[in-house]
Amino acid sequence: MSAAPYVVAGWLFLMGCYGLATSRNLIHAVGCLAVCQSSTYVLLLAVGYRSGGTAPVFSDIAPGSRPVVDPIVQALTLTDIVIGATVTALLLSLVIQVAKRHRTVDPDELSELRG
Amino acid sequence: MSVAQTLPLIVITPMFGAALLVGAGRRLPRFAAETLGCLFAAGAAVLALLALAATGSSAGQPAEWVGGWRPHNGVSVGIVLVGDRTGLGLATLVSLLVLAALAYAWRYFAEPPRRHAGSFPALVLLFQAGMCGFTLTGDLFNAFVFFELMGVVAYALTGYRVEEARAVQGALVFGVVNSLGGYTTLLGIGLLYAHTGELGFAQIGNALAGSPGTPDALLIAGFTLVVTGLLVKAAAVPFHFWLADAHAVAPTPVCMLMSGVMVELGLYGAARVYWTVFAGPGGMPAADAHRALLALGVLTAVLGTLMCWQQRHLKRLLAYSTVAHAGLFLMGLAVLSPAGVGGVAVYVLGHAGVKAALFACVGILLDRFASVDEHQLHGRGRELPWVGALFGAGGLALAGLPPFGTALGKAVTEEAVGGWATALFVLVSAVTGGAVLRAGARVFLGLGTRPADAGRHPADETAGEEEPETRGGPLSRIPDTMLTVPAVLLAAALAVGLVPGLRTGIGQAADAFTDHAGYLAAVLHGRAAEPVPTPPPHWTASGVLWGLVATALAAGLALWTVRRPVRDDVARWTVPLRRMHSGHVGDYIAWFLAGVTLLGALIA
Repeated sequence: MSAAPYVVAGWLFLMGCYGLATSRNLIHAVGCLAVCQSSTYVLLLAVGYRSGGTAPVFSDIAPGSRPVVDPIVQALTLTDIVIGATVTALLLSLVIQVAKRHRTVDPDELSELRG
Repeated sequence: MSVAQTLPLIVITPMFGAALLVGAGRRLPRFAAETLGCLFAAGAAVLALLALAATGSSAGQPAEWVGGWRPHNGVSVGIVLVGDRTGLGLATLVSLLVLAALAYAWRYFAEPPRRHAGSFPALVLLFQAGMCGFTLTGDLFNAFVFFELMGVVAYALTGYRVEEARAVQGALVFGVVNSLGGYTTLLGIGLLYAHTGELGFAQIGNALAGSPGTPDALLIAGFTLVVTGLLVKAAAVPFHFWLADAHAVAPTPVCMLMSGVMVELGLYGAARVYWTVFAGPGGMPAADAHRALLALGVLTAVLGTLMCWQQRHLKRLLAYSTVAHAGLFLMGLAVLSPAGVGGVAVYVLGHAGVKAALFACVGILLDRFASVDEHQLHGRGRELPWVGALFGAGGLALAGLPPFGTALGKAVTEEAVGGWATALFVLVSAVTGGAVLRAGARVFLGLGTRPADAGRHPADETAGEEEPETRGGPLSRIPDTMLTVPAVLLAAALAVGLVPGLRTGIGQAADAFTDHAGYLAAVLHGRAAEPVPTPPPHWTASGVLWGLVATALAAGLALWTVRRPVRDDVARWTVPLRRMHSGHVGDYIAWFLAGVTLLGALIA
């Protein structure tokens, strides 16, 4: 098992954070948050991977006949995707409201809350 | 029905209520929707209280394996809910506070849009379900799911008044920072699963015990990442920036819940994960965890206090006082002893009542005068003597006036931390309480000179013009519920300090909470083991004395300040601090990354 998936997960998370920190557009920022989250998908799936393993579906293979990947992390990833969809939808709807009320989606121009 | 079987019901009852309100809310009049909301919240509170009473006398920690997926030979993939006294106690606190917030909101909001009468109570019930689930869960991944559930509902509730420019901005910042914290926690959970192949608190703790010795990099990284997300919720510096922005704009009943319990649940999560997972052999050395939590706690307490004193926006003032108190709680937990946990538990109970009552008073001001600005409201609160009395009592309680629960919690916690910490506890209590008293003296008594031009404010400061939250302008008179709720909450905070049975119960809960081996035995093998008993939180002469000193300091500070003229500009030394709190989501993310690095460096 190579280290590549773990490096990719770390890279995705840091790049998402970089995008969030430097974003000039809130829609882009919400996208960056989704990039951060996708690093969790990669990490979870990498943790559960087994060399030569196949999908943990036993309709056409006998249990124990060949290695399968860990089904638990797949269940976690699915739950995680559902959560991500909810969060992204809610945040994007808030961005729409920000655009309506402030007439801008540039975080540099939102300056009502400070100090 | 056994106690264990009621645990899922505590989570499901409010969730079912929310579903019912969403489904039937279109046909329900407002009165019916709000009654239903209160009924379901009260139902969960009764269930949590009954379960708490049933476990109160025994050392048992009832564990429910949902769907019958029990562990075999200590290995399980099932979902477990654990009803120990701390978790159930917090679930009770959450439910009672939700009930108070719903009662307060009874006649509070503007007439909801037609056919949407059920949406606010439904969201609050979902919030309650997420928080109760978080207190009762026995495994890391479900803790993450409930963490996200309460997070997402809180973002929605913060931005509930979508027609308001500030509300949506605050909610968005809150959402982005907290979601990123949640994903950090999930990364940590992934690393811990990779390390041990387990997700349950007890199971991971058990697996770690198999490889004692100094923790490796993977374990340290996992611990740091998991705790980061929880500390974001707990508003520890430098993850605290979202809190003031969210509190300044959220509807008042939501502020009561967020300041009263949600922030504290972040601390509970961090403490729970430490004791059940990492406190045993093969976990994190206590010295490392102590150093990291204490350093962040001191930073949080000091920065929160400094920012609290500088505010003229009353909701932001209360929000920063919550940050400061979260820092004190963190210092108490950092002692890693039953005495520290017991003290913090009393403090959290007292603080929840006091802070929620203070927010409730500010909500009344917002309704009457369409402002929460200390300068604009100067002297205008004189027509509301009862609200002023409640606000003043809340300020004194926040400063630590015995026999309020806050004073007892402060006394026990500062004694547990010991040494120089007493000075810090007294100062933080005095300044945050003093800030509330100062605002109260200006608004309700009209003391001091009236600011010449209260409408003007420097660019680095947030003033308090807010849209009123009630229907069609101010209500003709303050509804009884809006006055009763803060009075009852303050009385409850007083009771926390006075009822001896509560103190004994909290002492026992703290003993069990810090008993790593006992938790594992109870969850994995169903064996109840009595933890080593320690003295429960109790009043001491020095504690009472320091409480009185802090109260006197707070009152003196408030009086001294209102006698001086109001400055037109912000004090020069505060400018760098204010610039830090820029309201810019990118800045907050940069601070977040710096915070993760700092936390990792402190732990490793």
